[in-house]
Formats: sequence, structure tokens, C-alpha cells
Amino acid sequence: MKQSLVVVGNGMAGMRTVEELLKIAPDKYNITVFGAEPHGNYNRIMLSPLLAGEKTQQDIMINDFDWYTQNEITLHAGKEKEVVRIDRKRKIVYGKDGTEAPYDKLLLATGSNPFIIPVPGKDLKGVITFRDIQDVETMIAVAAAKKRHAIVIGGGLLGLEAANGLLKQGMHVTVVHNLPVLMNRQLDAAAAELLQKELESRGMDFRMSANTVCFEGDEHMHVKSIKFDTGETLPADLVVMAAGIRPNTTLAQHVGIYCERGIVVNDTLQTYDPSVYAVGECIQHRGELFGLVAPIWDQAKVCANHLANYGIGIYKNKEVSTKLKVTGVDLFSAGNFLGENDSESIVFQDPKKGIYKKVVVKDDKILGAVLYGDTVEGSWYFQLMREKTSIADFRDTLLFGQHAKGDAGHQGVNTAVSMPDEAEVCGCNGVCKGDIVKAITSKKLFTLDDVRAATKASASCGSCTGLVEQILVATVGGNYNATPSEKAICRCTDKGHDTVRAAIVDSKLKTFHDVARVLEWKTADGCHVCRPAINYYLVCAWPTEKVDDSRSRFINERVHANIQKDNTYSVVPRMWGGVTTPSELRAIADAADKYQVPCVKVTGGQRIDLLGVKKEDLPHIWKDLNDAGMVSGHAYGKALRTVKTCVGSEYCRFGTQDSTGMGIALEKMTWGSWTPAKVKFAVSGCPRNCAEATIKDFGVVAVDSGWELYVGGNGGMKVRVCDFLVKVTSDAEVMEYAGAFMQMYREQGRHNERTAPWIERVGLSAIKAELVDNPEQRRAYHERFLESQKHAQVDPWAERASQAVEQFEFIPLTTVQ
Amino acid sequence: MSDWIAVGDLNDIPQMGARVVSTPNGDVAIFRTRDDQVFALRDKCPHKGGALSQGIVHGSRVTCPLHNWVISLEDGEAQGFDTGCTATYKTKMEGTSVYFSLNKG
Repeated sequence: MKQSLVVVGNGMAGMRTVEELLKIAPDKYNITVFGAEPHGNYNRIMLSPLLAGEKTQQDIMINDFDWYTQNEITLHAGKEKEVVRIDRKRKIVYGKDGTEAPYDKLLLATGSNPFIIPVPGKDLKGVITFRDIQDVETMIAVAAAKKRHAIVIGGGLLGLEAANGLLKQGMHVTVVHNLPVLMNRQLDAAAAELLQKELESRGMDFRMSANTVCFEGDEHMHVKSIKFDTGETLPADLVVMAAGIRPNTTLAQHVGIYCERGIVVNDTLQTYDPSVYAVGECIQHRGELFGLVAPIWDQAKVCANHLANYGIGIYKNKEVSTKLKVTGVDLFSAGNFLGENDSESIVFQDPKKGIYKKVVVKDDKILGAVLYGDTVEGSWYFQLMREKTSIADFRDTLLFGQHAKGDAGHQGVNTAVSMPDEAEVCGCNGVCKGDIVKAITSKKLFTLDDVRAATKASASCGSCTGLVEQILVATVGGNYNATPSEKAICRCTDKGHDTVRAAIVDSKLKTFHDVARVLEWKTADGCHVCRPAINYYLVCAWPTEKVDDSRSRFINERVHANIQKDNTYSVVPRMWGGVTTPSELRAIADAADKYQVPCVKVTGGQRIDLLGVKKEDLPHIWKDLNDAGMVSGHAYGKALRTVKTCVGSEYCRFGTQDSTGMGIALEKMTWGSWTPAKVKFAVSGCPRNCAEATIKDFGVVAVDSGWELYVGGNGGMKVRVCDFLVKVTSDAEVMEYAGAFMQMYREQGRHNERTAPWIERVGLSAIKAELVDNPEQRRAYHERFLESQKHAQVDPWAERASQAVEQFEFIPLTTVQ
Repeated sequence: MSDWIAVGDLNDIPQMGARVVSTPNGDVAIFRTRDDQVFALRDKCPHKGGALSQGIVHGSRVTCPLHNWVISLEDGEAQGFDTGCTATYKTKMEGTSVYFSLNKG
């Protein structure tokens, strides 16, 4: 028989929990919802655009009355339905009008109450809060009656949003703040001053560091003025209290559920009464209160899981950064942005453009940041802060940001606001600004992950993440939380890459399912994200053992060829250092004829690509190429792709060293190794650098006196010029550094992380410390690499073509006539 | 109506994998999950026609190799925010012999 779930509170937190519950256990409960407002479930964050007249009530509904009907939820909505009593012994909830609802499980989502400053006159007519649709309706009505003077108490986010809306409704607005700094929870004094100036230029007035003595009323008990302790009096036709919120614990306290500042819950969102759960702004979890959307969404997910009796998942409060759009100005803040005694601030200021950026740094680590006007780098700073990356190597360009140059795919634009709807934001997946806005509004998305899942925007290369975030902020309104602090590998787990890797080594785990069991995966077999990642970590950790699971490999690495859009494959034979011979070329030409290859093309890495090969022909074409002495070029794998070379001193009149010979030697050493992501090498014979070695993962540039070694370059979706690693004089040193670098990357890089973001994450200094400053460690890395290569350098084509390995991959099970 | 078609032995299909059966009306992918359930789907992703038989199988789902759409093996429906559906066919096992029916399941 179905159990009964009663939800007290029809707001965002409560209904999100119900939505999550319906997703995983739609038939478990008969659900009854009590809400004190006569509406469906709406997006409270959107009250500001509603007040400003940019949205209608219909626009801000998340779930209208039909949704409750369709999901067979009983909704008791309206003032008379407000829950006034709970009989916890008999498990019955009572509404004001006597409505009764028995429960097996009860969910409290009573939200918060605005803080009312305790001064005489606070109960006068015309003194209101900014909390629900009714408040907005009151404000609009006052403005429509040509009343002129509005006072907003509180210079925080909510207060400024209210002030902006009232300004747009035609009122004269004065914001009263008890501190000298606006939005002091998010901004430092300099950014706050810019914001204040901007708002003043639009006609808003301020009384800063102001203490209100009382509100004075007229003979109808309607507010008419506000009085400060300076003696000043201002006329007031409307007063909006927006000086913060307090968890609404009235009901919980009344029925004896343990509360401190909020309703106290444990990590499963359970209160001290085991049948009663609580989520949202009304709760207190490990001492913290909540007001932003993202953590509350996490709570909803965990709570739904426990209501469904699945018992998986605990709620962890994560460090968050805040991206805001206040009255059209982009703001970002994260961490300790005010700094402490021994911290330093790196500051960029462009008054004409209205841009201010401050990054607070201590011991070369980012403690916090405030951005005003240009927030596109916010997620990058937050990532550096979260990863505790040393910024010593790029201090001088830190404030210009990661996106200052080099991104392909969105026309070099880095502010979303000015983009027209038809402008392409995500060049990988062809997603325009309009598509994203439409998805956010129609599918009611709130987080970057949701937007990625729904639109694919920023889901591939990720270089447009900042733009997508800006669009999200602009569309969902006032507040939005960016990336959570610890990034899980995928939705199958809460664990991050590094945790999983450490566990594989420490607990000697040898299969995906061992990992999933020990680290409590939420899915039985993982997914297409975590399975290949863990497979790589296993292969890297246990190079001498047979831990590689072909079922966890993407098709390209399973059949050693690149799948194309029409399900045919491409075949690229290895061509050491880009050097070939007439007989190899003849064999390639013969194979292309024999298997009717529709396209033969030279690749970006100086190899020949045979495109459009049918899957069943693969082992045969490989056999033919093997017979001519060629092996797999690994053009399909997270592996060494190519070593690009220029012709070098053998022929070139400028060449200083034999770059071609060096390229061949490097390729012979490094081919066949599995890596976190693809790896490209290049060797140039002189500083003219014709092989473009300084935008490769590992680049070698010959000079007259030896070789310069460069690392971490990328010429792809995000151009990154290599960092200089070291200069060496002998060929043997080049080989040792190359092998050591490969192994260090293999052991530390996260799956799918190219060397460029890896180096930006750990810092060049960390790499130099191990490879350059510590010769013993370098040799150890190199030796580990060579040992691993003993087991890895097996031509996968030959295995499949001549030794019939995994033949089932290439032939149909059967043919039905 | 005896329209069951024998396609081979369960052990010819890798666990968490698939094999293709060629038919006059296009390929059919026969999937085997980790717990040895067998499913048959048209070997074509509803998105851009990717060969689902080549995807990574997890639980009773497969991820298309072309653009990572996740398709349910049970009803062929695209998961998450993606919408689209691939035809499914009935399967049965007798011992370890696998059969499927071209009548839509």
C-alpha cells in the first residue's frame, strides 16, 4: 500500500524534493502539499524581474496547478490552509481551516521570513517585505497610484533588486543601509563604490551607515516618513524591508522539533523526529544556514533519496562561489575576498569601462576574489582556489584571465550580454544564445550541469563555460551558484578523480566493479564517463597486469580506429617522425584501392588518413599494412598520436640539429602508451620552429648548442603556448625528459585532461621541481615509463589482424536473410 | 506464430557489450548486460544514426558512440533531456541460445 507524504511549504525547496522523489519513486507515496500562498510553485528568485515588469506571473511559475493534478498531488494552497498544528504522535497535520492530512513521512520546507528591523512604526500600513508575489503586487499598486517616495531598508542583493524594480516602476527610491559598503557579503569597498556610483547615475539615492530611529504614520496609520538618528527625516509612501532573512522555524518550534537558528537536520536531511525531514532555507545543517539555490537543490536530491528509502547519499555543504547579476551589473565573488593580515591583493581597475577585479592571494594561493563588470574569469579563479593551485608562474597575467586570448569557437566574444540571440555561443555543438535562454526558461534549469545536459552548450571543449554561466545568471535572475567545490567524476559518484586514483593504489583495486563497490558507486555499472576514466587509472596503476577492460573503452580504443559520422572508420598507419618511403606509400595506395577507401587525406600531424573504411574490412586492411611494415598510428586513442618534425640539419640549410632523427627516436620510445588524453609531440631543427613545437604537449626546439624542451602547449580549441621547461645538451637527456614527462603526466593528469590544463592546475613550478630540480626523481619517472612501455608496445593491429584477438568486434553475430 | 530467429549463443556476445545481426531491413544490435539480460534494438541512434552496438553498455542502457546520447535498452527511449526513440525487438533465451523477433517489442 502507498504511504503518505505531507509537505509543509509549497516553495522551491519543497517542490524540488517532490520532483526528485517522483523521478526515482513515483509510486511510493500519496503526496499532499500545504502552501500558504494561493499559487502553484513559483521561482522566488524571479520576483525582481516580476517587479521590474520584465516577467509575468505566468513566466515565473515552475509548476502550475496542472502539474499537481497530473502527478496526483493534493495541493492545499492559500492563507486559510496554512499549517498551524502537527500531532506528531498520531502523525496528522492540521491547516488553519481544519483541513487534516495524516502522514507517514513529513517534509518541512517552510522557507524563511524577512528580518523586520525592530523600530517603532514597523507595523504601519505601507511597510512591507519583498518575499512573495503579494508583496510585489502591493509595490506595483503603490507605484501605480502615483505615490512617489519609496524607502528600501537593506543594501544587500535583495534590497538593491527591490530598489531597482521600484525605480523602473517610476518611484523615487532611497536605499538605507546600516554599513558603509553595499552588498558587504559579496563585495569589497572598491567594488561596492563602483556599484553605488552606477546606481546613483540611474537615479537611486542612498543613505549609508544609516540608523533608522522610527517610521512615522499619518492619521490612517499609513507610513509617511522615516527618521534617522542624525535627525534627518525623509518622506516615505512605501517602505520595503529587505535587510536579510531568518529561517522560518515557528511551526517546527511550536510542535517541539529541535531548532537552533534553523531546524536542525543531519546529513540525510532528517530532523530530530525520524519521520520528519526538512530542506531549504528553514534548516540548519552542521551550523550553516542556506539562501542560495545550488545547495538547496543538492539537499532536495539527497532528501528525496532517503524519502524513497534508497538510503544512498549524504548531504555535504560545499564551498561555493557566487555569480550575480544585480540590476544589470555582473558581479562575482568567492572565498575570502577581503583578505587577512598577511595576504596581498592583486587589483585591476578600468574606471572608464567600469571594470574592477581583485584577487586575494596568500603564499601564491588564491584565497578569494571579487569581480565587478567583467566576471567571465570567475569560474577559473574559483577553480584555482579550489584546487589550491600555485599562481606563482602566471601572477603577471592572472588578472587578464585565461580567456584573454586563444579560444576558438565563439568569435572571441567574452561577454554574453551584448550577444544577439542568434549568436553562436558553443562552437562545438552549434548552440546559440537563444537556444540556451529558451532551454533555461522552458525546462526550468538552474545549474550549469543542467544547461549542459539539456543543450550541450559548453559540454564538449568547455571553453564557452564562462559565457554559458553569464547567460544562466542573466536568465535565472538575481542569484546563481557556480561550480561546487569538489568536482565528482560524474553523476555515478560524489568522489573526485584524485580520490578514486588514490583508492585504486592504496586498496589495490583491480577492476571497475571493485572500485564501484569500495567507493560506493550509485550505479551498478557506472556510465560512459566514469568507466573509461577508471579503466585508465587501473591501466596506469598496474602496468604489468591484465586489468584493461575493453568493455570500458570507447569504441575507438576498442577497435583501434576512429569512428566517423556514418559509422565507418578511419585508419592511420604510424609514420615514424613523419618520414615514409616509396614502398610504404605504394602499400597505402594499394590498400586504398583494394578496400575502396573513399578519402585519402594528410592529417594535421603529418600522417596519412584513410577515411571511410567499413568495420568488417578493418582487420584485412591492417593485415595488408602490417605486411608492408606499418603499425597502428593510434590516431584514435588517448595515447601518443604523432611526433611532428621539420626536416632538420640533414637537408635544411638553417637546421642546427637532426630534428627528424630525434622525432623518430622519441616516437619509437613513446608509442603505444595509454595517457589521460591524447598527446602530441613535435621537434623543430632550429628556432624558426617549422614543426610548431611550442604548441605541442611536448615540444623540442634545436639550438646550436643543444635542445630546448617545452611542455603543455596546445594548438586546438584553446591555444596555449608551451612553457619552457629546460635546455639540455645531449640527445639522451631529451629522451629522459620526454619519458619522465610522459610518466608524470600519466600518473597525475586526470582522465580527459590534456597536458595544458594539467599544467595550469598543478603549476609549472611543481613539474619543474620533480623533473628539473630532482634528477633522481626524473630518472625514476623515466624508468617507470620504460617499464610500462615493455607491456604497452604491442601493435594492436597485428594482434587483431594476425592473431585473431577480439574478432567478434568486427564480424556480425549472424545474418538474417 | 513462430517468428523467433535464432541468432547464436549468449557467450558469443560480450557481457556489457553487443553484437550486430544483419537483416534485410538494416542492422539489429543484440545487447547483453552484466547480469546476462539480452535486449534487441535497431542499431541506429535516434539522434544522428550512430551504431548503438558500438557504445558503452552500463546497467540496462547504452551510450551512443557518436555524441553520447544515452538510450534505454528496455524501451529504446533517449534518457535525460534528449528526446527520441529507437525501435526495440522482443528477445528470448532457451538455455544459452538467443532468439529475437523482428516483430516490434
